[in-house]
Amino acid sequence: MVSTVQTAVGQYLRNISNAVFSTFEGMAVTMSWMFRRPMTIQYPDKIEKPIEETLPDCYRGILEVDTGVCTGCTACMKACPIQCIRIEVGKNAETAERFLQRFDIYVARCMFCGLCSEACPTGAIHHTSHFEIANDKLDNLLLHYVPGEPIPVYKPKKDVEPVRQPKGQPYLAVRALCAHAWRKEDHPDGSAPAGGGPK
Amino acid sequence: MRQLADALLVTLLGVDPATWPYAWVVYGAVMLASAALAMTFVALFAGPVTVVERRVAGRMMSRIGPNRVGPQGVIQWLADGLKCFLKEDLIPDAADRPLFRLAPYLVFGGMFGTFVVLPFGAHLVAADLNVGVLYLFAISSIVVVGILAAGWSSNSKWGLFGAFRSAAQIISYEVPSALSALTVVLFAGTLSLQGIIREQGGMPWDWFVVRTPFTFAAFFLFFTSALAEGNRTPFDLPEAESELVAGYHTEYSGMRFLFFLFAEWANLWIMSAVATACFLGGWNIPGVSPATIDSATGLSFWGLQLLSFIVFAAKTSALVFIVIQLRWTLPRLRIDQLLEMCWKYLVPLSFACLLGVMIWAWGVTVGSLVDLGMRLVMTCVGAGIAFHYARRVRFNYMADRDNYLKMTGKELWYPPYRLP
Repeated sequence: MVSTVQTAVGQYLRNISNAVFSTFEGMAVTMSWMFRRPMTIQYPDKIEKPIEETLPDCYRGILEVDTGVCTGCTACMKACPIQCIRIEVGKNAETAERFLQRFDIYVARCMFCGLCSEACPTGAIHHTSHFEIANDKLDNLLLHYVPGEPIPVYKPKKDVEPVRQPKGQPYLAVRALCAHAWRKEDHPDGSAPAGGGPK
Repeated sequence: MRQLADALLVTLLGVDPATWPYAWVVYGAVMLASAALAMTFVALFAGPVTVVERRVAGRMMSRIGPNRVGPQGVIQWLADGLKCFLKEDLIPDAADRPLFRLAPYLVFGGMFGTFVVLPFGAHLVAADLNVGVLYLFAISSIVVVGILAAGWSSNSKWGLFGAFRSAAQIISYEVPSALSALTVVLFAGTLSLQGIIREQGGMPWDWFVVRTPFTFAAFFLFFTSALAEGNRTPFDLPEAESELVAGYHTEYSGMRFLFFLFAEWANLWIMSAVATACFLGGWNIPGVSPATIDSATGLSFWGLQLLSFIVFAAKTSALVFIVIQLRWTLPRLRIDQLLEMCWKYLVPLSFACLLGVMIWAWGVTVGSLVDLGMRLVMTCVGAGIAFHYARRVRFNYMADRDNYLKMTGKELWYPPYRLP
């Protein structure tokens, strides 16, 4: 009987001391966070460098096509599960030279699965780290990678390294799309963005 | 306020308030002015403290908090208030309309009524009632009526649950809070808040909190029960958002909703101010006795009033910060734990404190060696706790500092005054 009472009283006192000390320690922890650097990144206007540079290499942003190394094999078009890539390859009847007439990607529909870039034999189609594609017109999200004249397809040759576009510089269609999104760093004078996206 | 009005009459008009026939006009004007002033004070406290709380909460969660409206988000509260002004005032079809409309004002009235006796400075008080503490507990209970009315009239299960919990909670916690406040009443021999403050002194060892170990414990008991009465985390069961949507004000919108929030934030000041007045020396300026303030005249009188207000506001703000910090430290209690804590722990302990203070006040005369020795010991204990707290904070900070530098290449040090 005595031991029961003793246990109960002991438990009662232990509960009080637990409450007091755990509150005290908890407050010491929360107070210490007042002196620590916040984790928050103040995207998009208070960041140290452009957000694209801080993303990992394997980031799957909007697609980009390096038409200089595109063989016109249409493997990406066939790999795409939602048919958002459209490629038309023409052939010169006299010289039998094949050329890209059209290479469109409908970014609004693209789900960034990366199957096209895996299928590509030369790495012509690949993801960039750009993702800010908010736009006032849905049409602007239809990217034309062959903007004007047809482009001859790339023919791989042995022991010749293909001339690729420099890494980190998006191709024109992507660049034009991203320039369309108004960003403070790009316009230090506060001017409105030039152009209306890709033509 | 009466002394202030008299002082005004003597300084500005040069008449004797006792014999001047139009003194009541001035008294009436001073009454209205003090009500308006108190209202302005509440508004100007409750608004900005929301931003302060959100910023503090942000830093404690390794976030930043609102910093976009105005420089560093300082006028975020105006934007929030304006938003509530512009919202539609919805009343549910099944609601009890008159009660539904009345409830916010009851809550607000119960909160604002406490400002009648709440001192701001040596003579800056609307009315120094001789039953101040009793009035305080009585008027703050009106809030329960308002909350119950709000929950009942909403005709929503969330509202009703919140209201029931709130009634159970506030009425229960009234007991330990009143009992622990009684300890200082015993010492001061008066129920008037100004009288209680006058019995203390400016220096920490003159405060009631360090008079005896019992008042020391009573301070924490009072603070805990005040938290619960003010529906603050960890006792915010009436509006537990994870289970009751928003509790008793679930169905409210627009201005009426704002009134509830307004009362809640103003309550932050009230609970801290009462704790300051009862235990932490109130507005007493270190080195200046209340008698000196009384006998001062002219400019020095007003200067001392301002100084006493600053002292009081500084102490109260420190307590407000602790209340905010507690909110982001402790998880919410369950309703059974909440009531268990009240009836099994706070009530017996506050009774024990009351008993201890009774014995102490009966056996030890003020100013005797035992009294002074105990004050010294308890002040050292309080300082020791503060010192140990600072050490623990530093320990927690140092535990992560080097790893943070290694992982991110940045210094972890980012003091609160550096605003991102």
